[in-house]
Amino acid sequence: MSRSNADWQAVIGLETHVQLGTKSKIFTSASTTFGDAPNTHIDPVVCGLPGTLPVLNKKVLEYAVKTSMALNLNIARHSKFDRKQYFYPDLPKNYQISQFDEPIAEEGWIDVEVAEKGKETYLKRIGIERLHMEEDAGKLVHAGSDRLAGSTYSLVDYNRAGVALAEIVSKPDLRTGREASEYASEIRRIVRYLGVSDGNMQEGSLRCDVNISVRRSSDAPFGTKVEIKNMNSFSAIQKACDYEIERQINLYETGESVAQETRLWDEGKQLTKSMRSKEGSSDYRYFPDPDLGPIEVSIELQQKWKSELPELPANKRKRYAKDFGLSVYDARVLTDESSMAEYFESVVSQGVDPKIASNWITGDLVAYVNANKKDFLKLPFKPEELAEMIQLITDGKISGKIAKEILPGLLETGGSPKTFVEKNGLSMISDSKLIESIIREILEAHPKEVEAFRGGKTKLQGFFVGQLMKKTSGKVDPKLANQILLDQLRL
Amino acid sequence: MTKINSEDVRKVAKLARLDLPEDLIETYTIQLEEILGYVAQLEKVDTTNVEPTTRAVEVTNVLREDVVKFTEVREELIDLAPNREGDFFRVPKILSE
Repeated sequence: MSRSNADWQAVIGLETHVQLGTKSKIFTSASTTFGDAPNTHIDPVVCGLPGTLPVLNKKVLEYAVKTSMALNLNIARHSKFDRKQYFYPDLPKNYQISQFDEPIAEEGWIDVEVAEKGKETYLKRIGIERLHMEEDAGKLVHAGSDRLAGSTYSLVDYNRAGVALAEIVSKPDLRTGREASEYASEIRRIVRYLGVSDGNMQEGSLRCDVNISVRRSSDAPFGTKVEIKNMNSFSAIQKACDYEIERQINLYETGESVAQETRLWDEGKQLTKSMRSKEGSSDYRYFPDPDLGPIEVSIELQQKWKSELPELPANKRKRYAKDFGLSVYDARVLTDESSMAEYFESVVSQGVDPKIASNWITGDLVAYVNANKKDFLKLPFKPEELAEMIQLITDGKISGKIAKEILPGLLETGGSPKTFVEKNGLSMISDSKLIESIIREILEAHPKEVEAFRGGKTKLQGFFVGQLMKKTSGKVDPKLANQILLDQLRL
Repeated sequence: MTKINSEDVRKVAKLARLDLPEDLIETYTIQLEEILGYVAQLEKVDTTNVEPTTRAVEVTNVLREDVVKFTEVREELIDLAPNREGDFFRVPKILSE
């Protein structure tokens, strides 16, 4: 293709639906448990039977407000629920209870770190338009065919209907697929840190819709907006955006126009395709839900909830780089999951070098945790024990090589590395008399090499060290060993 | 006064999924306009110093604790549907070709 994408600018905004992890649904006490038999968690409120009264779950409000605070949004003094009306079988009432013109929070931002292989990492502030509470819809199973188009009828499961959602709407501040996926990852990190959602994209507890258009330059008017759905990973968000940007630019460059529509990301084919629109879906006729009173979160309650917020990932990243001198990369890896960050901080609080602690955690420990699907905070090998092991290395009591060897066992069982090392005779040999005698044996066994060394082949030093390590199973302090070795060779 | 025409009536009927016979459109247009005209009397009230509200009773923050309760009406609820298939509600095909 012979054109320069540099002339074009993409304008991207994200709508993120976060399932809030409450035990009961947003407006009724039916359970939110995932994966049970169809229609296990339904009741008259979920099904929207006449005469039922929805009542807001206090925990949903708390989670929505805490998330809003973490996204630097202003909490509304007065907020209400509205009915968004459309006919679709996944919606039992033919309207969804949502928030229209008075959402719980508006006007915020988050700082997103955008890192991409081969490019410089940069920080970008992304505006957030609003956060509002609403209920989730049910799930449709299309019968008669495995594809929607060929199905003869549908089956509906309302287990998910009425599960609480927070919808977070970004401003159109994102410019690339990478920025969009980084923004979404940061939202996921934040809700997981807050403990308000598991943010599981595969199971649909975090869903992102993308709005995207392109224009010829940053001061040109916006192009026609296209909505993309159906991405179930962060890399899918990135790829769908990049694909769509290309597609739209191509259309304009060949003199065609972009249709305003909803498109679906096809993960198998790696492309977006047009989705037939729901007829009349754009006319929702919102009106205030008469069943639900307005919400006014008192200043006292806001202060209480604010005081309960944990340190958020962006601040942790900043602090790890500043206070611990960690690289941007290390800080990012360590803070990706709050459990890992907490583990790391516990290790460092024992007084060990943060850089060394970071190396062990982002290396051997992460590999083990990921491979075995473990949780850092539930590891039998406690942070104090890792700190003890690092201290043993720093003090020259064991070599790094020995540490790597004993770590897999310790990760499984836990326990004091010091005790383990003593019990198994793995401590370093620090008795210089003993080292001297071992070296003497080695030199006696290799007279030719000794002669060659003394004749100027000093590279042979490595050979002698190797012999020494072999004889002692790596338990000799290399610095001390080298010193004794040279003393003896130069006799 | 709000003017309702037959197009508005067709649109409202379509949004409400009502199958309105063509020969009744005229009747409904007149009736809807009369209803709106009746409600429009409210516009005569002076509301200069009245705060807008969406409800007659001023209650705020009606909340419940996050507690799960099981109801024993699941079977009855599914049976209420015009069509059930096992544990599912069965509905007509979603998208028209």
